[in-house]
Amino acid sequence: MTQMIQMTFHDAVEAALHEEMARDSRVLMFGEGTATKRKGLLKAFGPQRVRNTPLAEGIIAGTAAGAAATGLRPVVDLLFAPFLCFAMDELVNSAGKLRYMSGGQFSFPMVALAMTGGGWSVGAQHNHNLEAWFVHAPGLQVVMPATPADAKGLMKAAIRDENPVLFFMDIGLAFAPGEVPEADEVVPLGKAAIRREGSDVTLISYAKTVHTCLAAAEALAAEGVSAEVVDLRTLKPLDEATILASVRKTGRAVLVHEASRLCGVGAEVAALIAEQAFEALKAPIVRLTGPDAPAPSSYPLEQAFAPQADAIAAAARQLVARTLEAAPIW
Amino acid sequence: MTPSTPVPLPAPNRLDLLAAMLRIRAYEEKIVAFHAAGPFPNVCTSVGQEAAAVGVVSALRAEDQILTNHRSAGHLLARGAEPGRMLAEVMGRSTGYCQGRSGTLHISVKELGVVLTSTIVGGELSLAPGVALSRAMLGGEGIVVCFFGDGAACEGIFHESLNLASVWNLPVLYVCENNQWQAFVHRKETMVGDHVAPWAAPYGIDSLTVDGNDVEAVRKAALHAAAQVRETRRPFLLEAWTYRQRGHMEPHDQSYVDPAELEAWMAKDPIARLEARLLEAGELTTDGLEALHAQARQAIEEAAAFAAASPYPDPADLATGVYA
Ligand SMILES: Cc1ncc(C[n+]2csc(CCOP(=O)(O)OP(=O)(O)O)c2C)c(N)n1
Ligand SMILES: [Mg+2]
Repeated sequence: MTQMIQMTFHDAVEAALHEEMARDSRVLMFGEGTATKRKGLLKAFGPQRVRNTPLAEGIIAGTAAGAAATGLRPVVDLLFAPFLCFAMDELVNSAGKLRYMSGGQFSFPMVALAMTGGGWSVGAQHNHNLEAWFVHAPGLQVVMPATPADAKGLMKAAIRDENPVLFFMDIGLAFAPGEVPEADEVVPLGKAAIRREGSDVTLISYAKTVHTCLAAAEALAAEGVSAEVVDLRTLKPLDEATILASVRKTGRAVLVHEASRLCGVGAEVAALIAEQAFEALKAPIVRLTGPDAPAPSSYPLEQAFAPQADAIAAAARQLVARTLEAAPIW
Repeated sequence: MTPSTPVPLPAPNRLDLLAAMLRIRAYEEKIVAFHAAGPFPNVCTSVGQEAAAVGVVSALRAEDQILTNHRSAGHLLARGAEPGRMLAEVMGRSTGYCQGRSGTLHISVKELGVVLTSTIVGGELSLAPGVALSRAMLGGEGIVVCFFGDGAACEGIFHESLNLASVWNLPVLYVCENNQWQAFVHRKETMVGDHVAPWAAPYGIDSLTVDGNDVEAVRKAALHAAAQVRETRRPFLLEAWTYRQRGHMEPHDQSYVDPAELEAWMAKDPIARLEARLLEAGELTTDGLEALHAQARQAIEEAAAFAAASPYPDPADLATGVYA
């Protein structure tokens, strides 16, 4: 058994960066305040590989793309997800597209890190779960872990991957401690995790709301409803096999995320289930998501923005009850 | 077709500079002819800007790298790109440099050091510091040349790029081809002042403006600028003052262009100027000149035949190669 140690999500990311920079001299990191805030990395790897940048997200991301195409493996910290709007061209048009557009002449092994989600009352210009935007963009991969262990293992995988990866850190989890393997353990991109096994309903989520789903599953268990919880971990490539296997087993799916509903990751997962596991469904697919609204700052509103355990349990209960009462409507 | 040997450096004599410009002109004129003959993909030609391309690229070394934009045929050809593979790319054929996935607007040729071409105006400026960072960190003597237009200089990313290249001491030679036009808008309407070069000084970057229609002057300025970058490992900005002789793209439209301005610039055509100089100096006869023109046209005819005979990519490969 690998040795497990307790650390926060934030420290787990830092540990991954440290290990990968030690492993591969082509890995470097830069961003606004990176060298100031990541003293350990700076001390270990020096000012060439750990850099502060000007306050200019476009050129940070563009420089990462240019460096990635020509031999380096940059990790850039773009701080908060809404700031990615200033880096969209470089991430979407350059890093995501130029491999294909150049007929495969270039690859873009780079990682862009950004925080998002409720928890710090920072409001909608620091908190906006826009991860689905990048899922829609060809050439990019997207991860959003729920545990410190995954944060470490997925960061390591993201750095080693030959494609650009958007790495979203849920603010609400940043300082949550958890068990992290001390060893060099990579969590492969594109693999979901079953966080809890169950047979009546599948709760599918990622990042912070995985824990909300686990709380809901606990409450449901007390009532005799067995809920399975799937943590997507990687939003692109999506682990379609794990999603479909779970829903084929339970026949019911509740999709949960803090990001708003329209064209969100849940919509894609719902379509996948409808297209490929329709015959297994015993009840309609349900989505519980944030509203189509900017994330508020006020703490109670911010908390209310993300789906709550009570609501998830209620939705699951309804799905189970509905199929007990009546045949499917179709 | 693909040269696997190191990049042949354009020889410095004046006849070679002329031949290189004629090759570009013949290539662009072939594109114009394709358009006259029927539907053809839109192309932004570099007619009138041959001296800027040849003058700068002739001053580079094999280990140097180039980033460029939508008006890149001159840069690519001057660097030694095969016109056949370029035309094949424009025509969407699988023998194109990017397997037909780039089209005219984004041709990169890694083997020639033409790394990354972006048609997002300013895209090349966003990528250049990173390419130079690779050079700085992975070693090598090469410098990075980034071609862009006066329009691109109006994008915020131009300023971000210069600032970062300066504070990080990156070996980027920024080359602005100020051709007076930004698609359908004259730069007088959009820019403070006439020149881009003065915008370098606030970022601590040295600059030079050169007559972009005089290939010898451009070459001399580029040799100076490149030497500066090589020595100091710091950025430099070279502005080539030139003119877009045709419309923004083919098929061609110049209804919005002031005829007097156009006429004045046509009189300064970079090819005609060098030809006159060579004839006057006795380095070239009219027969010799005609032979050079014929040679250039012949090479492009062969290239066009190669491109036209090339197969289209297989639709089965439509979505391959998106990910590594
Ligand atoms: C971001 C972006 N905005 C607008 C365009 C449309 N566009 C293509 S070329 C061009 C003009 C560019 O002017 P300049 O940089 O001076 O280059 P030139 O065409 O003169 O060579 C425009 C507006 C684009 N391709 N990308
Ligand atoms: Mg212009």
